[in-house]
Amino acid sequence: MQRAARRPGVGLALVLAILLAACTQGPARSGAPTGAPSGAAEQPRAGGQLVFIVSAEPPSFDGHKETTFAMLHPTAPHYSLLLRFDPNDLTKVIPDVAATMPEASADKLSYTVKLRDNVKFHDGTVLTSEDVVATYNKIIFPPSGVSSPRKGAYAAVESLSAPDKSSVIFKLKYPSASFLTNLASPWNFIYSAAKLKEDIKYYEKSIMGTGPFEFASYEKGSAWTGRKFKDYFLQGRPYLDGFRAVFIADANAQKNAIQGQQAMIEFRGFTPQQRDDLSRALPNNLAIQEAPWICVNYVSFNTTQKPFDDPRVRRALTLGIDRWAGSEALQKITIVKDVGGLLRPKGPFAMADADLQKIAGFSKDTKASQDKARALLKEAGQENLTFEFLNRNVTTPYEPVAVFLINEWKKIGVTATHKVKETSAYLADLRNKNYQVGLDFNCDFLDEPDLQLAKFYSASKLGAGLNLSHYDDPKLDSMIDAQGRETDAAKRKQIVGDIERYAMDEMAYQWPVLWWYRIIPYNNKLRGWKIGSNHYTNQDLVSVWLAN
Amino acid sequence: MQRYVVGRLLLMLPTLLGVAVLTFVIMRMVPGDIVELRYASGGAGVSQELIDQERALLGLDKPMYAQFVDWMGGIVRLDFGQSLWTGRSVLDEIAVRLELSIELAVLATLLAIALAVPLGVLAAIKQDTWVDYAIRIFSIGGLAMPSFWIGILIVLVLLTVFYWSPPLTFTPFLEDPLANLSQLIWPALAVGYRYAAVAMRMTRSSVLEVMREDYIRTARAKGAGERLVVVRHALRNSLLPVVTVISLEFAFLVGGLVVTEQVFNLNGIGKLLVDAVAHRDYTLIQALVLLLAFVFVFVNFLVDMLYVVLDPRIRYT
Repeated sequence: MQRAARRPGVGLALVLAILLAACTQGPARSGAPTGAPSGAAEQPRAGGQLVFIVSAEPPSFDGHKETTFAMLHPTAPHYSLLLRFDPNDLTKVIPDVAATMPEASADKLSYTVKLRDNVKFHDGTVLTSEDVVATYNKIIFPPSGVSSPRKGAYAAVESLSAPDKSSVIFKLKYPSASFLTNLASPWNFIYSAAKLKEDIKYYEKSIMGTGPFEFASYEKGSAWTGRKFKDYFLQGRPYLDGFRAVFIADANAQKNAIQGQQAMIEFRGFTPQQRDDLSRALPNNLAIQEAPWICVNYVSFNTTQKPFDDPRVRRALTLGIDRWAGSEALQKITIVKDVGGLLRPKGPFAMADADLQKIAGFSKDTKASQDKARALLKEAGQENLTFEFLNRNVTTPYEPVAVFLINEWKKIGVTATHKVKETSAYLADLRNKNYQVGLDFNCDFLDEPDLQLAKFYSASKLGAGLNLSHYDDPKLDSMIDAQGRETDAAKRKQIVGDIERYAMDEMAYQWPVLWWYRIIPYNNKLRGWKIGSNHYTNQDLVSVWLAN
Repeated sequence: MQRYVVGRLLLMLPTLLGVAVLTFVIMRMVPGDIVELRYASGGAGVSQELIDQERALLGLDKPMYAQFVDWMGGIVRLDFGQSLWTGRSVLDEIAVRLELSIELAVLATLLAIALAVPLGVLAAIKQDTWVDYAIRIFSIGGLAMPSFWIGILIVLVLLTVFYWSPPLTFTPFLEDPLANLSQLIWPALAVGYRYAAVAMRMTRSSVLEVMREDYIRTARAKGAGERLVVVRHALRNSLLPVVTVISLEFAFLVGGLVVTEQVFNLNGIGKLLVDAVAHRDYTLIQALVLLLAFVFVFVNFLVDMLYVVLDPRIRYT
């Protein structure tokens, strides 16, 4: 009897002890690095295997063809690029297989790239200019039946040639401000000319590069492993013996894997709540890096449909949004934070806050903006505007951003109904003009107007498939062309500002809500990795090492 | 009997053909496009020219009947095609996941049988005693709690109490039994509990029904011990509905553990099917649905055959 009576007491005590332990762990300070690596003072240590999480599987292995980070994260360590972003300063472009930075001709219509002479492919063959030419020909001038979604970024390139085994010359049709940085695109893996000649689609199912890690295995749906390439051209690199990318789709399972120390990092990002949960669970084993992200949600309008063909209506809807208050509230619960225009806030092309606040919907005087919005709607005969707001069924950050927008519009008398669709159906509706107003999105690897403004080109011209507001505007096209050809940085920034004022304020074709914010909580044994403003670059793991 | 078996096997063909036609048509009626999704990652923006080119490469620009004829032609040659998403053989994609799914289904089934049959029988022979009530509460708990929720609880307890989480990747049993079980035993427990609850209640009611039969009274009248009465006479005769329930649950487990697979990050058939639907990977979806339909139809056939073994009164002609 006595023994039986004790049991519930023991159970209760155990439950209380667990609850107490959970409650007494110190809360993490939002955004503050916890147990951050000491960095520069430490000597990198060789050895070990990095286990990281990738939230989806690569469709194919071909970097030239795919657009998803799920392909880049496991495959980037196998490849080199012509130029790359400096892992210590991710705003700076440095040579990778190039020996030095490209030499430009005086008219900026020709760029000569000298290659390193010690770069080997994983099969032992030496990299020559022929490989670089074959690679870039595949990207810029893909043969029939070969997909190259980024070839438009190299529209300025007329031809490329290899005068000798260690030089490549790019000839341009017109000067291009973004040409050099586009040579550091993380997607432009250098491929073997021989393999491409054998089969132009060889790289869709095979891996063979010159990167710091050789391909070891791919367990479908489960994991991808790479091992150190001993003949890698940078002496003493990589530090790691290998890496293992595990595929985990579920966000909670990802967090659990970090918490259970089965994986060290997920390179795309977590939500603020997940960061805080991990901070509480791993107070001594976690480091956190955070950075603004070159990803943004746009509100797009079907401008082929009334009343969204009327700039006054589109303008009223942007005026009705208090982005500054939205930023305060939403950054606590999801991955959005900064208020900005068409170029990333705090980035090299960002508009100054004072100028930004003059644009419709960006003023801090909310009341004045909302009054103006109501007046515009009245003028357009849309005082009781009602529409369906198309969104995709992805929680972070789409759902909270949409809820915020709908609530803001309610304040100016507009009723929007949240219409959530599965991604595929959502994209089909946006593309087929089967919507009224929708939440669009865009992510890029670089702060570069040529990339971020591409979706503002006329829908019947260069914006086909990109511009989901489906308008044509030759004036805007010529402005975007002009900034792309302007090689003077200050003048270019000025043109970009004019574009922002015209596209977001005057015409309000499609406008950003809030820019995303990247949060990476990771095991603090991982060193030598620096967060950037995108989840595409700096993924070759060449500088990454593991502390004891 | 032989004629019956052949007839049943042949009847599977129109069933599977019906499933194939329905899946093919329904998937193409669902809005969305694999090419759109493939390039959706960085924003919805790639040119229409590229979308059209990719659709043509995948054969999606052909009329629906032509796509169906191509697909059926492949099946006749046992060529199920290539995944539209990965470009790899559909059979390869399935084979990798099937091992895990079947092992998990087997583990959960063994666990369910080990719990359900003895507890179900015990509840029946101790009807309306505290033993019966305790077993019934235990089984109602299993029915009331979804497997994935139990799975989440298991993961949380392992993480917060033991600072441990199950391995993230699958190791085949023959390669490393310990690593294999340390990953699969937890989802098997989560799934097996619910599965056991269903089978336990079925066993209890079936045994109760049989215990009231004349032949049980006869056995007792002849002086047979209670143990012999229960094991030899009652249990065997009460197994028919239990076997049916267990078999259908097994068939369901092969492809139906979508959420539990996500909770434990298992690379199984359920997750593959959900991914395939999300990607609009028609060839993979069609092959998977056909496979799962085949598993159901075949398990049903096996159950019918098992009836003959369990109950000598049943004869198929």
